[in-house]
Amino acid sequence: MSGLILFSVIFGLINGQGSAVSKAVVDGAGEGITLCISMAGIICLWTGVMKVGEKSGLMDLFSKFLKPVTRLLFPKLKEGSEAHKYICMNMAANFFGLGNAATPFGIKAMSALAKQAGEKGKATRDMVIFTVLNTASIQFIPTTIAAIRSANGSKAPFEILPAVWMTSVLTAVCGVIVAIILCGRMNKNDCD
Amino acid sequence: MIAIEFIIPVIMAAIFIFGLFKGVNVFNAFVEGAKEGLLIMFKIAPVIIGLVAAISMFKASGGLDVIVYALSVPARLLSIPKEILPMAVMRPVSGSGALALLNNICKTYGADSFVGRISSVLAASTETTLYTIGIYMGSAGIKKTGATLPASLIAELFAIIMAVFSVRLFFH
Repeated sequence: MSGLILFSVIFGLINGQGSAVSKAVVDGAGEGITLCISMAGIICLWTGVMKVGEKSGLMDLFSKFLKPVTRLLFPKLKEGSEAHKYICMNMAANFFGLGNAATPFGIKAMSALAKQAGEKGKATRDMVIFTVLNTASIQFIPTTIAAIRSANGSKAPFEILPAVWMTSVLTAVCGVIVAIILCGRMNKNDCD
Repeated sequence: MIAIEFIIPVIMAAIFIFGLFKGVNVFNAFVEGAKEGLLIMFKIAPVIIGLVAAISMFKASGGLDVIVYALSVPARLLSIPKEILPMAVMRPVSGSGALALLNNICKTYGADSFVGRISSVLAASTETTLYTIGIYMGSAGIKKTGATLPASLIAELFAIIMAVFSVRLFFH
């Protein structure tokens, strides 16, 4: 983030956009807090709903269901641990296109993984793979994109579904493989 | 498309019903969960404000145009249509910015055009990388993110190439 700011300031000055960049700081900060407020509503709604799911044993069901996947991606992760529970819920929510439900779980998962970690402030291999997985969104039904297409006169907004599935799954696979390669050391949870 | 929009309320209702069936005090559980959600928002709000401000500055500095210009030659070599480049560069940086550009592309070239389809597939297949990394790593206090950023950006590049390839495969 600091790199981005530095680049923007320097480049903005060179490009003659100094005043625009200054204005953007204030506007951006305002945008940020507005975004937080609007996010808070839907996130609280979903964390509330998911708590019901958690207490009714739904989360454990998902954990069992996703065991083969987590065993493959996070071999060092203890099944039944908090981190595992949250990772499974995050994956399940993402799959159903519930990004706002997935994010809180993702954050909880990262905290749980951080508790297990060796060096404080350094990302472990599990954390890296989990985050990379979340940056490649595997959406079953991309409703927002379809809405934009439909608004612009598309005859069949959902026709891109097979292409989306193919691209998003392969992108996720690519990301995870690259993360594993760059992390090296398969037997430890360190990431260098 | 009415059916699709009902999915979210249906899922919520299903979870509540399942909870009732299992004897859970649904109201109390909901409140407890929502409270946790609020705490999470407190945790990530500073990160979000910082990121949004930084990205707003990036957009204002005109850096986007320079990056697109720099990428136009390799894009041509990989037969990536240059019209999608602005959106492709914005995608990992700003979700709303990318969607605005997608809207633009669909308006200008048509949602069902070659370019329109590629942009749609790309937008649906990747996330806002910087936000995700920032929020996930920031909330857990991680400063050394290691391979996360390079891996995500390489995956983004892959997604661009894959989006072009898959649209060619399915439509042309």
